[in-house]
Amino acid sequence: MGTALPQAAAGPPRRFSLMAAGGRKPPVAAMKLPAVGLLLAWSLIPLFMTLWFSFRHFNLLDADRYFSGLENYKYLLTDDALVASVVNTLILVVSVLIVTVGLGTLLAVLLDQDFWGRGIARVLIIAPFFVMPTVSALVWKNLLMHPVNGLFGFLLRSVGLQAIDWFADYPLTAIIIMVAWQWLPFATLILLTSVQALDPERKEAARMDGAGPISMFFFIIIPHLARSIGVVIMIEMLFLLSIFAEIFVTTSGGPGNASTNLPFLIYRYALLDFDVGGASAGGVLAIVLANIVAMFLMRSLAKTIEA
Amino acid sequence: MNRTVRKKAITTAVAWLVALLIFFPIIWMGLASFKTEIEAVATPPRLFFSPTLENYRDVAFGRANYLHCAFNSIYVSFGSTALALLIAVPAAYAMAFFPTGRTKDMLLWMLSTKFMPAVGVLVPIYLIFRDTGLLDVRFGLLVVYTLVNLPIVVWMLFSFFKEVPPEILEAGRMDGAHARDEVLLLLLPLALPGIASTALLAIILSWNEAFWSLNLTGPAAAPLTYYIASFSSPEGLFWAKLSAASTLAIAPILVFGWLSQKQLVRGLTFGAVK
Amino acid sequence: MATVTLKDVRKKFGDFEVIKGVSLEVLDREFVVFVGPSGCGKSTLLRLVAGLEEISSGDVLIDGVRVNDVSPAARGLAMVFQSYALYPHMNVAENMGFSLRLARVSREERDRKVREAAHILQLEPLLHRKPRQLSGGQRQRVAIGRAIVRNPKVFLFDEPLSNLDAALRVQMRVELTRLHDALQTTMIYVTHDQVEAMTLADKIVVLQGGIIEQVGSPMELFHHPRNLFVAGFIGSPKMNFLKSGARSVRDGAVRVGLPGGAELEVLVEAGKVAQGASLTLGIRPEHIALSAQGAVRGEVLVVERLGTSTLLHVRVEGGDLLTVSTDGECPVHMHEQVGLSLPTERVHLFDQEGVVVPRPSRHPLADVKVRGPASGAA
Repeated sequence: MGTALPQAAAGPPRRFSLMAAGGRKPPVAAMKLPAVGLLLAWSLIPLFMTLWFSFRHFNLLDADRYFSGLENYKYLLTDDALVASVVNTLILVVSVLIVTVGLGTLLAVLLDQDFWGRGIARVLIIAPFFVMPTVSALVWKNLLMHPVNGLFGFLLRSVGLQAIDWFADYPLTAIIIMVAWQWLPFATLILLTSVQALDPERKEAARMDGAGPISMFFFIIIPHLARSIGVVIMIEMLFLLSIFAEIFVTTSGGPGNASTNLPFLIYRYALLDFDVGGASAGGVLAIVLANIVAMFLMRSLAKTIEA
Repeated sequence: MNRTVRKKAITTAVAWLVALLIFFPIIWMGLASFKTEIEAVATPPRLFFSPTLENYRDVAFGRANYLHCAFNSIYVSFGSTALALLIAVPAAYAMAFFPTGRTKDMLLWMLSTKFMPAVGVLVPIYLIFRDTGLLDVRFGLLVVYTLVNLPIVVWMLFSFFKEVPPEILEAGRMDGAHARDEVLLLLLPLALPGIASTALLAIILSWNEAFWSLNLTGPAAAPLTYYIASFSSPEGLFWAKLSAASTLAIAPILVFGWLSQKQLVRGLTFGAVK
Repeated sequence: MATVTLKDVRKKFGDFEVIKGVSLEVLDREFVVFVGPSGCGKSTLLRLVAGLEEISSGDVLIDGVRVNDVSPAARGLAMVFQSYALYPHMNVAENMGFSLRLARVSREERDRKVREAAHILQLEPLLHRKPRQLSGGQRQRVAIGRAIVRNPKVFLFDEPLSNLDAALRVQMRVELTRLHDALQTTMIYVTHDQVEAMTLADKIVVLQGGIIEQVGSPMELFHHPRNLFVAGFIGSPKMNFLKSGARSVRDGAVRVGLPGGAELEVLVEAGKVAQGASLTLGIRPEHIALSAQGAVRGEVLVVERLGTSTLLHVRVEGGDLLTVSTDGECPVHMHEQVGLSLPTERVHLFDQEGVVVPRPSRHPLADVKVRGPASGAA
């Protein structure tokens, strides 16, 4: 007979009654306390501190500390570097999203097909996500994109073209390529899971109605994936807004501010310029940006969590 | 060749081409790790060469630095995961089996703490660590990772606990199990695969974390992410060894990732996609 | 001795009252079945007895002792769940012995008891298998075995047969009856299937909307339903109901109208029906006879031949559809005109509120002795 465990019987909502627990309810509140308390502290204390510092003149090299109102913000918003970094951040995020979601959808459909060695191919495609960001950055920078010793340079030269000095001429693009490579598996995996959940009977019904592969893709698969694509976009956005290591390891934001994004700019203010006040103001900006995205994500999640 | 087999053959070819293209950088790095330094930077790049283990030998045994950082990575990843599990299991149990009207809100709130960009709180955390002497201390990083991963760990455990059919626990009660027996003898064995995947995911996230590990550590507490990053200035003679070091650094995680693929989806999308 | 008493038990989930004041006596060694449609509260009632849900108000007594605040295991009960709820990570022997292990019983003692129970249910060859390696019927027997090992005062069954296929269900019904006879223990059984109720029970409790509609032996419920709900619920195919009226009343009898204008005289208790009262007439399909001189005439719309019996769906004058169950050899065809006769002693009359009009005589089987007198409903 069936090997699956029988499903829980349907019926009126069953809750674990306190009395059923042998008359002794476990200390529920105490069990939740460490997690809740720690997260509360972790989320609130640093946040308030950042807020506090953003209104102060506070530089680690300067003994003078005083309340400076909106000084930091004014300085921030008139700083060329900030505008550049916000623009770069947006370019980075949007480009990576387009590449990962677009390619990811195609890869998901591809991996859903039946072919030989599917399991291994899948592992290969997923692998980049698990590579440490610093490792991936250095591999791309030195082994692939290096104009003299890198593989790309060699390939271009062998067809008679000039090697591209990625990090000097197209630093942001180079970063985009690296980050997209790392996050493509994430999108692929999630979308693949979603594609595999598509009821085969729906596809069969469409085939009976005469749908070819293109129609199938646009009328059946994409609508089914719409929700997952939404989730992928929101979650990726949240993490892409915080890209740091790749820039830190390859371009250090340069040349100039060409590949500086908001996180890197804040890092520069904080740990290179030692401008705590300015970095905090920047931090507040980053938090606001992230919260906007998070708001949409939370609303979507709230609908799916069953508690 | 009939139509289905032909379609399958074409699909296989295309899929493998794509897969190899995507995996290529890792292959290339792996290859470089077995080359001598001169071969590694040779142009044209050599596909065929006589492999050598000298880089691995040098990295693993010649540089005390590497082993030290590897140990730090292990300490911090496994340690933070263990600590996170310790805190999360009771919380997830309480929320899964004794839910209140606020349970759902509480879960969402916990997840929301993960949406805070690290860079937004870099300054206060850095200052706090500096003033409490936790900068460049392994344990400090461990604590940060525990907090950073706690929401996902709680959430994943919660969703796995909820999948245990409640009748089984009720049957346990009818058989005379108290809460402690129930958890130890029934719940944990049944939820073990889920707990394992959760642990794997947490370890992966900690191992690869590249923000706090770069800003809060120095030579004493540096994990592998920091170690690799310290080679960011282009010194051509190091590439083969860098490749060896990198391969060693990522190999275990590639395995972990492969093992926990399915559960990853659940954890990374906070359950929005199952 | 294992009796269960419910005194005005109520259960609320939030604002919604699921059990609305149930009182009941279950006697020692009785096989009592709670039956009713989905949502009637039968499973909830069972879980209240088991101790898996808290009682909102009222009392549950086991052997005369109030157990409202006693944990399930301490009540001396064992339950067989609808989905069997076996522990997937333990083998059959460990599943059955779990309660003893929790009670710190020695390994030898545990093994002995498990083997005894396994012997009763013929589970010996399966003792080292895991639940996922068992068929549905085998899993169910393990669930029963787990209950037997606990040597409880009362067995509780929550729709145990509903996940089995039809043939297996029939077989398990027989086994359950024999089990009850062998163990001589009180059993409370919940089902939505009235066939299971009729075949297994010493006493049936019919529930609807959180209240008891009627309590009685199977034959009592079949021949003397107290109201329209019980009359329609028990017996398959369902009882036929016709709108009718009391044309004339005299002492001890009433003449009621039949479709097509004829009248029928039915004996009732004196003073229970007023002249002109509107009534519902109920008659079971198997009690309607085909007769050329029948008082009711109609056209056969559909003929269903089961081999063992034939079901005729007849549209009678006035538009009502009657179901007639007759023997398998019946040669009637679709669209034939037939005459139906309704024997007066088989007719049930229900008043405007749906309550049965009492009759002077009782069916002989209705009072066949069960253990102790059948108790009345709340």
